[in-house]
Amino acid sequence: MRLRIAALMALLTTAVLLGGFTHPATAADGRAPAAVSAEDGQTTTVRGLLQDKSDGGSTPVEGATVTVTTGGTDVEATSNDRGVWEAEVPYVSGEQVEVTLDEDSLPDGVALREGQSATRTITLTNTLGLRVNYLLGAGNSQAASGLSELPQIIYNGLYFGVILALGALGLSMIFGTTGLTNFAHGELVTFGAILTYTFNVTAGLSIWISALLAIILSGAFGYVQDTVFWRRLRRRGTGLIAMMIVSIGLQFLLRNVFQFFTGGRTSNYRQYSTPEGITAGPITYTIRDLVCLFVAIVLLLGVTFALQRTRIGRATRAIADNPALAASTGINVDRVITVVWTVGAALAGTCGVLLGFTQSVKFDLGAQILLVMFAAITVGGLGSIWGAIIGSLIVGVLIEVSTIFIPSELKIAAALFLLIIILLVRPQGLLGRRERIG
Amino acid sequence: MDTIESALRAAIGIQAVYFCLAAIGLNVQFGYAGLLNFGQAGFLAVGAYAFAVSVASFDLPFFVAIFVGLAATALLALILGIPTLRLRADYLAIATIAAAEVIRLFFGASFKDYFNGRDGVSQFSTAFQEANPFSGPVLGFRPDDFWVMVVGWTLVLLSSLLLLLLMRSPWGRVLKAIREDEEAVRSLGKNVYSYKMQALVLGGLIGCLGGFILAFGQNSVQPDNFSSDLTFIVYTMLILGGAARIFGPIFGAVVFWGSLSLISGILGDLTAGDNPILPTWLITDQQIGSVRFMIVGIALILLMIFRPQGVFGDRKEIALDAR
Repeated sequence: MRLRIAALMALLTTAVLLGGFTHPATAADGRAPAAVSAEDGQTTTVRGLLQDKSDGGSTPVEGATVTVTTGGTDVEATSNDRGVWEAEVPYVSGEQVEVTLDEDSLPDGVALREGQSATRTITLTNTLGLRVNYLLGAGNSQAASGLSELPQIIYNGLYFGVILALGALGLSMIFGTTGLTNFAHGELVTFGAILTYTFNVTAGLSIWISALLAIILSGAFGYVQDTVFWRRLRRRGTGLIAMMIVSIGLQFLLRNVFQFFTGGRTSNYRQYSTPEGITAGPITYTIRDLVCLFVAIVLLLGVTFALQRTRIGRATRAIADNPALAASTGINVDRVITVVWTVGAALAGTCGVLLGFTQSVKFDLGAQILLVMFAAITVGGLGSIWGAIIGSLIVGVLIEVSTIFIPSELKIAAALFLLIIILLVRPQGLLGRRERIG
Repeated sequence: MDTIESALRAAIGIQAVYFCLAAIGLNVQFGYAGLLNFGQAGFLAVGAYAFAVSVASFDLPFFVAIFVGLAATALLALILGIPTLRLRADYLAIATIAAAEVIRLFFGASFKDYFNGRDGVSQFSTAFQEANPFSGPVLGFRPDDFWVMVVGWTLVLLSSLLLLLLMRSPWGRVLKAIREDEEAVRSLGKNVYSYKMQALVLGGLIGCLGGFILAFGQNSVQPDNFSSDLTFIVYTMLILGGAARIFGPIFGAVVFWGSLSLISGILGDLTAGDNPILPTWLITDQQIGSVRFMIVGIALILLMIFRPQGVFGDRKEIALDAR
């Protein structure tokens, strides 16, 4: 009982803090929440590699000019002796940027491959950097263009996959123990990101403390959600499909509560939003990314270890296997489910905290990756712990690699398409068991 | 008074019509056949886009374009149904919502010569508006809008009549039996898979009519018209009115859309002006949209928990865990 009161207090504090989120909105941009201006020093790099790929070769093209137009200003970049060009542009999340290759600046005998347009429009989605590829020279292999970029693309994909796995693992654990397909899981992700923003920017705390508080409060949010809401529904005997539709209603509600407080704005944390890139061979990374990866991997390994080895972890797996049998052996099913909800929500909150660095904080941050999380756990196998992690990595890499072949706006579609294909040929996923699909 | 009048207007307006058609289509799938189709927005999108592009890019005659729209929707239902209808209910839900999202992203980001990206397709309703018999405002609606409404409500009426007859026929009884106990129907020698597929196609086609009405009403179609929010609002309407009832989706769409408009109208009055009645730290006029959708969420949660059969439904028929 005392625990429940404590959790409610935590939630109240959160609500008050969320209220604080509105103030910078009204102060900064008044009546036009959609118009966000670049904050000082916020930049992102648009880069690409120009190589003459005629006849399957790859000769770097030096001295070609690429112009990046953003918000009326032009940033010009010239390719160096390795064919690399980089343009640093102000970062405004969601801004459309036009990238134009000056075809006259290409050396004689090198031209854009047929069907390639010299002008591209891309959307600024993150501060990790964006890539624009041009196919140069006649050739027969379309895929060749992205191959030299492949290490970086795979790194980006694995990075996203590891962060995604935090959310997917929670979703999978909750599905495994309660059977609930929780459509409101993305909102737990958003919750973590918005809280971190509130602590870091509105309250001015350091990012470390903000992130820690956000993760703890996310866990508390999961605890409260289960004890005051889902547990009661389970006791009432509400069916799983009915609960799934309830979770859709909850998703709708929470997403719009977030929008109520934050407006449609996209925002970034105060610290580490544009770290310096370090180039190691074909890959550019930042120290911040390594720290994020480290945190995520430690948490993932910690939770999987706990599930394998600890008492409560074994109880969790027993309930996932057969709740009635688990209850009859003396396991307190409700308590274990509450723990799962708390841990799952804390993991999702962490996912949001980390996503907030590379993608901007917005009311629908989590809603946008909800289906990607579903794709991940379906590919890996619904309810399987390692399946959720491996599925996330696969989906993360697939999303990034797909940008070689299809427009980047469609990269989420690639993941969802994989989801549908997997349901078609192997509905139990890679690691799932046949009986789970019913 | 103005607020009430505009809410009543919204209750029978163009948006209520296309939500209503989408809900009737969903009623066939979810209400009668028990299929959890979370991709109804995708059916509307494919119908509307196929029609719009046929006219705008290929100059096809009106009825040919309508046929193209319907055919494309039926094709989508088949493509979607073949792999997914064998799956468990929640898998079907995830697959259909994912498919609808793929369709929306596809229209927004590919074949920009035809779909024009996020700007969408326009300039296709000349033939439709040339047939408009109304020249002056009717009941305060613009003549163009009123024409769309007349056609829309006629379609609602016709499709409801069709369903009324179908659901009393042996075909409808088999469908309801599948919802109640799939195995029992199978043991009677019925091809369950085929019946489910027919329900998916029929519901999709009725939804597609809603897509046409949306397109005519706006004179354009954009990918963002067809987000999964549309599907969820349609679910709320259907459950409010009562699934597996002919009148359920009509009642749900009119009452729910009317109430939503009434509430946001009242909130609009309370927050309007330089010195609004509600303090600005509590709510500003820009936050009304969020409150409106919060109400959708709350309505869906409360209905599902306390009255899953809605106003007219039968609780026994919405025993959602039969499977």
